[in-house]
Amino acid sequence: MSNDTATQTVTRAEYCVIACAEAFRDNGEILASAFGTIPAIGARLARETFSPDLLLTDGAANTVRGTWPVNKGPQGPVEGWTPFRRIFDLVWNGKRHVVMIPSQIDAAGNMNISVIGDFNKPKAALIGVRGGPGNTISHPTSYWVPKHGTRVFVEKVDMVSGVGYDSAEKAGKAATEFLDLRVVVTNLCVFHFVDGRMQVKSLHPGVTAEEVVEATGFPIEVPADVPTTREPTEEELRLIREVLDPKSLRDREVPSA
Amino acid sequence: MADKRMTSDEAVSQLESGMTIGIGGWASRRKPMALVRALLRSDIKDLTIVAYGGPDVGLLVEAGKVKKVIYGFVSMDTVPLDPHFRAARQRGEIETGEVDEGMLQWGLYAAAINLPFLPTRAGLGSDVMTYNPDLKLVADPYGSGLELVAMPALKLDAALVHVNRADMHGNAAVLDYDPYFDDLYCMAADKAFVSTEKILDSDEFGALDFRTMQISRQHVTGVIEAPNGAHFASCLPDYPRDEAFQKEYATAAADPEKWAEFKQTYLSGTEDDYQAAVARRSQEQK
Repeated sequence: MSNDTATQTVTRAEYCVIACAEAFRDNGEILASAFGTIPAIGARLARETFSPDLLLTDGAANTVRGTWPVNKGPQGPVEGWTPFRRIFDLVWNGKRHVVMIPSQIDAAGNMNISVIGDFNKPKAALIGVRGGPGNTISHPTSYWVPKHGTRVFVEKVDMVSGVGYDSAEKAGKAATEFLDLRVVVTNLCVFHFVDGRMQVKSLHPGVTAEEVVEATGFPIEVPADVPTTREPTEEELRLIREVLDPKSLRDREVPSA
Repeated sequence: MADKRMTSDEAVSQLESGMTIGIGGWASRRKPMALVRALLRSDIKDLTIVAYGGPDVGLLVEAGKVKKVIYGFVSMDTVPLDPHFRAARQRGEIETGEVDEGMLQWGLYAAAINLPFLPTRAGLGSDVMTYNPDLKLVADPYGSGLELVAMPALKLDAALVHVNRADMHGNAAVLDYDPYFDDLYCMAADKAFVSTEKILDSDEFGALDFRTMQISRQHVTGVIEAPNGAHFASCLPDYPRDEAFQKEYATAAADPEKWAEFKQTYLSGTEDDYQAAVARRSQEQK
């Protein structure tokens, strides 16, 4: 297969997998906790290729070796016990990188999974802050937005459930010391944070800067020389298609255009 | 040694309106649902519930038992939200203490070990501080310059938890892969009621792997034998979550007419009636 052919056949969902996997590059021996189908494929892909030291859980209370399809339970040997109490200790210890799915997120990286509207009488009550406040100020955090739009990327989130750079600054050193927002991967692009503000790091092939600006509810700069999200290698594509997601669940999260 | 066996109704008869009650488990996993259903049958109200919330919270809220919920989330795992809790929140009926999951653990732990608070970073910079205006900060007395959240003890009047095995004295074993925080709920409470799939005699209990013995009788007021007592939440390895039933609950909870029917079928009688209706339902599905 020539490179050109590979480019044509790579789906948007697969670029998203690569972008999520890249979030875990050079992370060392940390627990990769990835919410969402595509981030889960990405974390497993990273461990199977360039980040072999990552720890992964089975979704229950064990860390496990090996790799396995997203539609199935793990097959590899158990290497540790991680009930919630130990996970909580690990969160505050810091050796973890979480990918969460925000209902809203703003330019400074504040995110919301608690309510839409007024907190005391919300238009929509969501799941609650969960571990968002502690995660964000304790260890590396990234976000996954399968449907990039102005309802998610907002000027101001309704309830800060994950801490952004400006909010941490106001709260002081105990909040800023370990705050480390890495990337926001969407179905259109990858953001990172420059001087505490979201900026486009790469556009997925086929996506224009205008599309991203249009779909983002706060002003965003796209550098003229912004790169495209990198191509998967043939081995990565094989792993994604044959080993990690043979049922193509990734296409349900990000349908092909 | 005291024989602490009792029925779920006897346990609930020791509770009162206005109490703060901690409910063990996590989302819709190993929830003391038989005890919750006993609470639904009582005339107790104005409760403050502390929980990693699931359908326990939704059912109690719907029944008008709840004044305030202290929680990090309310979810049923495979069904992300509990419709009753959601609706009550959206009507502005429920007082909230929405905190980070780790803060909730810290509050229980502080109460369990008789501290007024425990310091943590969690909460700083988030709107948890905005919507819990009683939360205070504490400066590191050792001079790091850090200002931390002083998470207050969540002192419980009573704890309700569900385990796999127990003895008649209140020693309790969790065979599930995650003990969650059930031991902390019991230690944080004036009275703790442990329902269990099965009560074992001392020799049988002693033959279990000692690492599963999560709760000591010294923290337990009453032991209630309640087979299938976590239904429709999971109680692994004894049984998984009843996903079909949970879906039926969630669908009914979002529709007043269906809810009236659900209540009539499942929640109008005793625990035995409930279990019989559940058994009938699973027969019909086969």
